[in-house]
Amino acid sequence: MISFMLNNTVEQITDEQADTTLLNYLRERRKLTGTKEGCASGDCGACTVVLAELSPKQDKLHYRSVNSCVTMLSALEGKQLITVEHLADGKTLHPVQQAMIDEHGSQCGFCTPGFVMSMFALYHEEKQPDRTEVQHALSGNLCRCTGYRPIIDATLKACGNKQDDQFSRQETQTVQTLTQLQASAEKGLAELFMPTSRDELTRLRQQYPEARLVAGSTDLALEITQQWKTLPQLISLTRVEELLAVVEDDTGLTLGAAVPLTDATDALLRHSPELAELIERFASHPIRNQATLGGNVANASPIGDMPPVLLALDAVIHVDNGSARRQIPAREFFTGYRQTQLGADEWIEAIHFPKRKANSLLRAYKVSKRHEDDISAVCAVFLLELENGVISKLRTGFGGVAATPVSANDAEQQLRGLTLADKHTSQLGQSLLYNAFNPIDDVRATAQYRKLVCQNLWQRLWLEQQGSIDIRVVNHA
Amino acid sequence: MRKLVQPQGLPSPFKPTSKAGKSHPHESATRQVQGQARYIDDMPEPQGLLYGAVGISTITHGLITSMDLSAVRSFPGVVDVVTLDDVPGHTDIGAVFEGDPLLADGKVLFQGQPLFAVAATSIDAARKATQLAKVEYESLDACLSVKQARAENKTVRPVHVNLNGDPDTVLASAKNTLKGHASVGGQEHMYLEGQISLAIPEEDDRISVFASSQHPSEVQKLVAEVLDIPLNKVIVDMRRMGGGFGGKESQAAQWSCIAALLASRTGKAVKMRVPRMQDMQATGKRHPFENFYHVAFDDTGLIQAADIDVSGNCGYSPDLSDGIVDRAMFHADNAYFMGDVRVTGHRWMTNTVSHTAFRGFGGPQGMVAAEAMLDGIARKLGEDPLIIRKRNLYQDKARNVTPYGMEVEHNLIGDLIARLEESSHYWKRREEIKAYNAKSQILKKGLALTPLKFGISFTAQHLNQAGALLHIYTDGSLQISHGGTEMGQGLHTKIAQICANEFGIPVEHVEVTSTRTDKVPNTSPTAASSGTDLNGKAAQNACLSIKQRLAEFAAELTGGKAEDVVFDNQQVISGDQSWPFAEFIQKAYFARISLSSTGFYKTPKIYYDRATGTGRPFFYFAYGASVSEVTVDTLTGEYCVNQVDILHDVGNSINPALDKGQIEGGFIQGMGWLTTEELKWDAKGKLISNNPATYKIPAIGDTPPVFNVDLYPRANDEDSIYHSKAVGEPPLMLAISVWCAIKDALSSIGDYKVDPKLDTPATPEKVLMAAMALQQELGA
Ligand SMILES: Cc1cc2nc3c(=O)[nH]c(=O)nc-3n(C[C@H](O)[C@H](O)[C@H](O)COP(=O)(O)OP(=O)(O)OC[C@H]3O[C@@H](n4cnc5c(N)ncnc54)[C@H](O)[C@@H]3O)c2cc1C
Ligand code: FES
Ligand code: FES
Repeated sequence: MISFMLNNTVEQITDEQADTTLLNYLRERRKLTGTKEGCASGDCGACTVVLAELSPKQDKLHYRSVNSCVTMLSALEGKQLITVEHLADGKTLHPVQQAMIDEHGSQCGFCTPGFVMSMFALYHEEKQPDRTEVQHALSGNLCRCTGYRPIIDATLKACGNKQDDQFSRQETQTVQTLTQLQASAEKGLAELFMPTSRDELTRLRQQYPEARLVAGSTDLALEITQQWKTLPQLISLTRVEELLAVVEDDTGLTLGAAVPLTDATDALLRHSPELAELIERFASHPIRNQATLGGNVANASPIGDMPPVLLALDAVIHVDNGSARRQIPAREFFTGYRQTQLGADEWIEAIHFPKRKANSLLRAYKVSKRHEDDISAVCAVFLLELENGVISKLRTGFGGVAATPVSANDAEQQLRGLTLADKHTSQLGQSLLYNAFNPIDDVRATAQYRKLVCQNLWQRLWLEQQGSIDIRVVNHA
Repeated sequence: MRKLVQPQGLPSPFKPTSKAGKSHPHESATRQVQGQARYIDDMPEPQGLLYGAVGISTITHGLITSMDLSAVRSFPGVVDVVTLDDVPGHTDIGAVFEGDPLLADGKVLFQGQPLFAVAATSIDAARKATQLAKVEYESLDACLSVKQARAENKTVRPVHVNLNGDPDTVLASAKNTLKGHASVGGQEHMYLEGQISLAIPEEDDRISVFASSQHPSEVQKLVAEVLDIPLNKVIVDMRRMGGGFGGKESQAAQWSCIAALLASRTGKAVKMRVPRMQDMQATGKRHPFENFYHVAFDDTGLIQAADIDVSGNCGYSPDLSDGIVDRAMFHADNAYFMGDVRVTGHRWMTNTVSHTAFRGFGGPQGMVAAEAMLDGIARKLGEDPLIIRKRNLYQDKARNVTPYGMEVEHNLIGDLIARLEESSHYWKRREEIKAYNAKSQILKKGLALTPLKFGISFTAQHLNQAGALLHIYTDGSLQISHGGTEMGQGLHTKIAQICANEFGIPVEHVEVTSTRTDKVPNTSPTAASSGTDLNGKAAQNACLSIKQRLAEFAAELTGGKAEDVVFDNQQVISGDQSWPFAEFIQKAYFARISLSSTGFYKTPKIYYDRATGTGRPFFYFAYGASVSEVTVDTLTGEYCVNQVDILHDVGNSINPALDKGQIEGGFIQGMGWLTTEELKWDAKGKLISNNPATYKIPAIGDTPPVFNVDLYPRANDEDSIYHSKAVGEPPLMLAISVWCAIKDALSSIGDYKVDPKLDTPATPEKVLMAAMALQQELGA
C-alpha cells in the first residue's frame, strides 16, 4: 500500500503495477488530465507536479517539483501530491496562475500546467528568486510558443510579492496528516518494494533476484516509457537508511547513493565549490530533485556527468550485498560500455570523496549543444595539485569521449612536474588531450569536435590561471 | 501608448467597450493555467474506447517481402490490426498531389514509415503489440541528400523559375562577383502536444472526428475518401491544439484517417495518440535546403544581378513542397532589390520523411540565402553589413519590383530600420564591440541587424477564402464559429475582439466555438499567417450582415436612417433613442428578425501566373527588423545571445500583447532553428535526433536577458481587417540576425575581411569549426 495525500485528501494505492508511472496513474487511472504528457521522457516538463514532503525536522513542508512521467508511485509514499487542478483556492487563482494570465504567459497552453507547477514550487522556496534562479527553477520546462520572456516575468512578479496561500495556511494540518501517514506499517505494492534498511533490502534482493533496483527513476523509467518494456518487479532504494546518509568528516565527504542530487548539492559544494556549474547543468531542476548519484554511477553511461567528477577526485564507491561491503576506487569501477564491477547481488551504498588538498585546483566543464538540460558532448574534469606553481599531481575525468567514463592517463603523467604557468604546459596538455581518446561521431557531436574540445578545455583551464581574461560566455555562481 | 499612423487619415477602428486594439488575455488563459483547457487526450473517454498505435519501418527504402502480424493480433487486448489492404476507399492521402499512402503500400519509402495499425483496449497493449510484428524487407538503395538527388535527378515536382532581366550577361561582365553556398538545416516542430485524433463512429456509416489539426476540412475530406463515404457524413471538430507551427497542416490527417478506419471497422471509438519518438520519426519537418548564389555588385556594394538556386529536400513525397519551395523563391530576395535576377527552385526527392509546412513555409530558408549574400558582399568590400543591407533595400519608385514581378508598395522597411538602428544604438555598440574584440583573445562579440519583408497570402489563390457563422442569442450573447483553428496564436481571442468591436459589446459576451466542419464548410488551413486576416474579415462580414438587419429595424422604430444607427457602449442608438444591446436583441427576436448569419471573405488583388513566373502572389508585405548581439567562445564554439532589439510591423494591432507574444515566440523558435536544433540522420537514413533528449529546442536560459520588442506604429495601407497585419510567421525570420551576429563575431577574427562559412544550424560544433577554418585561412 502506498499512502499519500492527493491534494487535500488522504489516498491509498494498492493495486497498481510496479512499473506504472505517476503520470499514467494521474491521467489514466484518476482522470486528472490537467497534468500533460509532452514527451514521457523527462525532457519537456509538461507533466510537472509538486511533491510536498516533511522537512528533515518534520515540522515544515518542502515542495519539490518532479517530472511525473519518470516518477514511480513509490515516490508518493508519505507525501502530498499537488497537481495543477488544485492550486486555485476556490475561484481565486493562485498568484503564480494569475501572474501567468496577466503577463500573457500561455499561448497554446500545453506547457502551462507544468510551468505553473514549477513556479509554484519556487514560490514556496524561502528566498525571493532573481532572474537566474527563476531560470534554474524552470530549466526543466520547455515552451515552444512563448519564447519564455512572459513566463520569466510572470514568475518574477508572483515570487516578488509572496503571500500566504492555501498551502501555507494549511501547513500545520498537512504536516500532521503526513506525520500520521508515516505510522502506517505497510509500504509499497505487491511488486514494488520499499525497504527502509539494509537488512530488508538484503532480504528482498534474495527473495526477488529478478527485481530491478530503482532510486530516482530518471534513467530507469525511460525503459518503460520509451522502450515500452515491462518491469514487473522493482525495489525502491529511496528509503533505505544506509543509502541516505551524508557524512562530512576529516576523511572527506561520504554521500549516500540514494540522496537526490538537489539534496546532495550543498554538501558537494562544500567539498568542491567548483562543481557548481556542472551540478547546475546536470539535467534540470525537477530531474535533480529525484536523480541520485548512485543511479548516475550505476547507470555507467559514458555520457553521465558525475563519473568524470568521481574519476578526477579519486572517489571511492562503496558497494554492498547485504553480507559484505567492498570499496572500489572509481578508477577501477567502470569496466566496459555500461559495465561496472558491481556484482549481480550488489548495490552502491555510498560514494566517498576524499578530502581535497588545500593547494588543489578543480575545474569541471560541460560542453553541450544547449546550455540547459542537455547531455554533454564532452564533460571534462581536472584536479590539479600545485606546489609552488608546479603540478605535483593531475587527475582527470572525461565523459563523451569513450565507451566508459575515462581518465587521460598520459596527460596525467606527462604534465606532472611541469610549471602550470608555462606556455609549454598549455601546449603539451593540448596535444596530449587531443590525442588522448578515440571518440565516436553521434547525434551530439563528431569525434573531431570532441577531440578539439578536450584539447581546448585544457587551454581554457590554463588561460583561466592567467588572470583576468574573459573566457566564458555564461558566468556561473 | 504608441501613436499609430493611419492610412489616408482614417480614425482608429476600435471601440473602447470591446477591448479590441488592446491587450487582452488569451481566451483560454484562465483554463490553461488551471489545467482545465481540454486537449483531445483530456476529453472524457467514450465508452468502450480503443487505443490506436502504428508499427513503423526499420529500413529506409525497400520492398516489404513479408509482414507477419499474427503475434500482434494475438497480443492480449488487441482488437483489430489493419494494413493498407483494409482501406475501403482511397489509400493515398496526399494533401495536394498523390504520393502519401495511408500505410505502406508494399514499399518502404523512409525509415519510420507506418506499416500497419493496431487498436487495443489499452494504449500500453496497442504499443507493445506493435513490437511483435515480423517484417521482412528487401532493401533498395536510398537517396539521402539533395546532392545525391541532384545527381540521380530525383524530384517530387518540376523545377520552377522566376526571371527578371538578363542576369547571366550582367554576371559575366560584372567587375565584382561572389559565389556562395549555404546549407540550411530543417526543423522539427516539437509542438508540445503530439499528434492525436479521436474518431467516434456514429449511426450507420457516419463518423465524428476530433483532430488536433490546422486543417479540419482536409481531415474531413480525407477521412471520407479513406472510408469511401461522402463528405457530409463526416464531422471534424477541433477546439485547440497544443501547438501546430505547420506540423499539423497536412500531416495531422494521417492519424485521423487511421483512427477513423479502426473506428469504422470495430464500431468503437478509437483514439490515436502518437508517442513522441514516433511522432518525430514519422512526421515531416521544415525542409532542409541547399542554397547557391552568384551575385554581381558595384564598388559600393549595390547588387546588379543575382542568380539564386534554392534546393528543397522534400523527402519521399510532394506533400506541400511545391508551395514551400515557391515561397522560398519568393523570399530569396528578402527586402533587397537585386537587379537582373534569376531564382530557381528545385524540389528534390529523398528517402526521408516527407518534409512539410513549418512557420514561414520555405520563406525562412530562402531568406537565409539573401542574408548570406549580403554578408558576403559586405565582407568583400570591408564595409559594415548594415550599410550594404540598407543600400540594397527595395525603394519606393524605382528598384521596387521583385523577381516575380510584384511591385513592392507601401514599403516601410527603410524607416523601420532607421528607427531600430537608433533605438538599439547600433553604431555605438558596433564601436564598443570592435574595441572589445580587439582586446579579447577568446571571446568574440558579434552584432547584426537584419531586415524582414514577408509576403502575406496563400500562394495558392483558392485558399485565400474564409467563412464564419454568427449567432446572437436572445440574452444578447454572441456565438461565432469560423474556419480558423486555435493553436495558441490567439486567433479566437482576436475573433472575439472583432465581433465585440462590431457590436460595441464587451469581449466577454462573445463565445468562439471549436472549429467544426458542420458549422463552416470547406475551410482553408490555418496557415500562411492568414488566420486573422481571412477569418477576421469573414467574422466581420457576418457581423455586418446582422448589424444591417438590426440597423434597419432600429431605423424603422425611430423613423431614422439605418446607416446612422450606432452600436457602441453596449447600446443600439438610433437618433435620440437608444436601447441596451440585450434588450434590443429581444425586441428584434420578437419582431422576427434573423439573428444568425454566415460571413464570407476572399482576399482581393492577388494572382500568380505559373507559366510566366510572375504576378502578385501577396496582398501585402509585413516588415520587421531585429538587432542581435552575441558572444562566442572560440575555444568551444559555445555562444550566448546577449541582447535582441526588434521593431516589427503588425499594422493596427488588434491585440498588442498577443502580437508581441507571436513576435517573441517566433523569434526564439527561429533562433532555435538556426542554432541548437539539429536534425541528424545516420548513414543509413535513420533519424537519430528523434526525441527531445537529442533534439534541443531553446530552453528558458536561451531567452536573451535583454529582449526589447516594439510594434512599428503604422496601420496597414491595404484594407485588411482593421488595417492590421498578419504576424504568425514573419517574426521567425527576425532570428536570422542571430546567425549573422555569430558570423559577425567570427568575422572579427579576420578583422572583418573574411566572411566565415557557417551553415545552419550553427551549433557550437559548427561555430568552432568555422572559427578554426577562419584561423587557418588567415594563417595560410
Ligand atoms: C531529462 C533528463 C536529463 C538528464 N540529464 C542528465 C545530465 O545532464 N547528466 C547526467 O549525467 N545524467 C542525466 N540524466 C540521466 C539521469 O538523470 C542520471 O543518470 C541520474 O543520476 C540517474 O539517477 P536515478 O536515481 O534517477 O537512477 P535510476 O533511474 O533510479 O536508476 C538508474 C540505474 O541505476 C540502478 N541503480 C540506481 N541506484 C542504484 C544503487 N544505489 N546501486 C545499484 N544500482 C542502482 C538502477 O537499477 C538503474 O538500472 C538525465 C535524465 C533525464 C531524464
Ligand atoms: S512528459 Fe515531458 S517531461 Fe514528462
Ligand atoms: S504555450 Fe505552447 S508550448 Fe508553451
